[in-house]
Amino acid sequence: MRKFLMAAALVAFASNTIIGAEPAHAADGPTLTAVKKRGELICGVHQGRYGFAIADKKGKWKGLDVDVCKAVAAAVLGDGNKVKYIPLGSVQRFPALQSGQVDMLSRTTTITLTRDSALGLNFGPPTFYTGTGFMVRKKLGITKVDQLGGAAICVFPGSTTEKNIAALFKSKGMKMTPVVIENSKELVSAYMAGRCDVLAMDQAGLPGHQQYDAKTPSDHVILDGVYSKEPLAAGVRADDDQWFDITKWVVHALFNAEEWGITQANVDKMKASKDPNVTRLLGATGNLGKKIGLGKSWAYDAIKAVGNYGEVYDRNWGPPLNLARGVNELWTKGGLMYGFPMK
Amino acid sequence: MAEQAHPPKNNRSILHSIAFRNIAYQLLLVAALAFLGWYLYDNINENLDRQNIATGWGFLNEPAGFDISESIIPFDSSQTFARIFAAGVLNTLHVAFVGIFLATLLGITMGIARVSRNWLVSKVASAYVEICRNVPVVLHVIFWSSIIRLLPHPRQALEPFNGAFISNRGLMLPFPVDNILYPWVAFALVLGIGGALIFARWARFRREHTGQYISVFWPGTSIIVGLPLLVWVLGGAPLTWDYPALKGFNYQGGISLSPEYIALLIGITVYTGAFIAEIVRSGIESIHRGQIEASRALGLRHGFIMRFIIIPQALRVIVPPTASQFLSLTKNSSLGVLIGYPDLVNIGNTSLNQTGQAVEAIAIMMLVYLTISLTISIFMNFYNKLVAIRER
Repeated sequence: MRKFLMAAALVAFASNTIIGAEPAHAADGPTLTAVKKRGELICGVHQGRYGFAIADKKGKWKGLDVDVCKAVAAAVLGDGNKVKYIPLGSVQRFPALQSGQVDMLSRTTTITLTRDSALGLNFGPPTFYTGTGFMVRKKLGITKVDQLGGAAICVFPGSTTEKNIAALFKSKGMKMTPVVIENSKELVSAYMAGRCDVLAMDQAGLPGHQQYDAKTPSDHVILDGVYSKEPLAAGVRADDDQWFDITKWVVHALFNAEEWGITQANVDKMKASKDPNVTRLLGATGNLGKKIGLGKSWAYDAIKAVGNYGEVYDRNWGPPLNLARGVNELWTKGGLMYGFPMK
Repeated sequence: MAEQAHPPKNNRSILHSIAFRNIAYQLLLVAALAFLGWYLYDNINENLDRQNIATGWGFLNEPAGFDISESIIPFDSSQTFARIFAAGVLNTLHVAFVGIFLATLLGITMGIARVSRNWLVSKVASAYVEICRNVPVVLHVIFWSSIIRLLPHPRQALEPFNGAFISNRGLMLPFPVDNILYPWVAFALVLGIGGALIFARWARFRREHTGQYISVFWPGTSIIVGLPLLVWVLGGAPLTWDYPALKGFNYQGGISLSPEYIALLIGITVYTGAFIAEIVRSGIESIHRGQIEASRALGLRHGFIMRFIIIPQALRVIVPPTASQFLSLTKNSSLGVLIGYPDLVNIGNTSLNQTGQAVEAIAIMMLVYLTISLTISIFMNFYNKLVAIRER
């Protein structure tokens, strides 16, 4: 009898512990609370794509996506260096965000209807516009996509590129063989070793691989034109509206800073600006930050940490990659970057 | 006192009954497991719901929208996720079964070579086993993948014999053009195998009853090869080869094995072969030397001793661990994902990412591997019973 009772008690105890582990229901701003408590932002980035996210020889992360993480960390914690970067493959990235392994995903991720809805995610304003591009060996003498029928194409799994090229080649009545490898280094080296005739990815990713991964960069050419729309943006979980607002408005702050001439260097001086838009953004007047759960100086801290959007772009896409801004210019200069009103 | 020491049966509580306790404990365990299962299921659903993540199996009927590099069944990006999963399962089965076949051949050969009295042969086999067994299988696969990438481009492909090409795009071989006679040749082959089996049974029956030994190998082989050959020759011996030819980027025509397939196949075969070789060696060495000496004293030939004395007893030791090697080979085939072979995991990962339905995609993968593994287990258990020595 005693044994029986002990067994019963054990089962009861075990089930109690399990029930006790029931997930906590969403309180106000769980992500913000967690980030503040941790004193560190956990940001999912690409494993290695020049211009977006790449670790240098000392292990320091650089890139446009990385700067977005830094700006958010600065706005929330007052210090752009309080970020832990988690390099993610194209397949792992969404589960990592959904499961809470990362606070935000700033990883060359295209906004699509499916990702926005079925994945339970929210995407901020696009921080980069690009489209599927193709790189081939120069000696093949190829100048346009129509000549790629029958080619072997190296492509990341689970990317929008994978679907784009399937649709593109089908619409042109051409065949191709996709070679699908998740690890970014392996994939690029498969192309460089000649396993594939073509390397396909967001066009903005190609110059970096051409410059740094090819033995002789001039042996390769990037074909003209983009073959899809790829608005890249930072994503967060859809169940935390406040955190979504924070990531969204930090990006808008960077756009507006460029438009209003606020730079990393002059941000302190600009606090005394006569333009009420500028002083409101920098927290010298009013308290915009409070409305999204942050301090007064949130935008000031973000700009101090990474500069305005134009500075972020130039830092990552200037020499040696030299990618022209094109549609990534401000709307006032004919581009698509449009900061929403800071009111 | 005496009454306390031996209480009458009808006074004993049912809780003291061993039969009751056995059942009660098992019921409790089942209840606990059922509760745990329900809890996990409910928890997953609640969390998915809370995060607005899509659930359900409807996505299987939607078009996949992406292509795969190789498939046994024809596949096109406008076909459904269900079909692309099927293509992935078939690719997994393809590499796993060919791998199991080749690893078994390699393992048996190397295992027997290891106990050979020829110094060079046994040392070569030992070196093979020790090197391949002690390197992680991931490195095997990546190693062969890198080696294949070093091969020349299709335009400078190696041509070992007329119509066969080796390049960094894989191995291209000529293949006979389909002919109306070929199904009949295949039918004759099946008949031939059946005939050879019947002959072997008869020979065994005869040996067990009369003690007269009839060799099965040559008559068996000639039935298996001869019958289809006869059908083919009588049908006019039709044979046209479809040669691979360089068109545009790559070779068209003939049959081709992709570099990813070859690298994965060699990697997992060589790795598992080393383990099977050790199992075969231990099986052979488990037979007491006295039996071999006794057989020799009776004047039996070496091959005869191996086949009728050693192997039947060694199989008892060999079959069960070999079955688990087959299982691990099948599961190791999922490493194809590293080098881009479109196996189940590769396709499952991509689908997971395109649809966002991680729970469903992973459940499918688990279920498929479970089914394949259980099927192999059942078959190997059946084979083990077949070869087990009946103790009399």
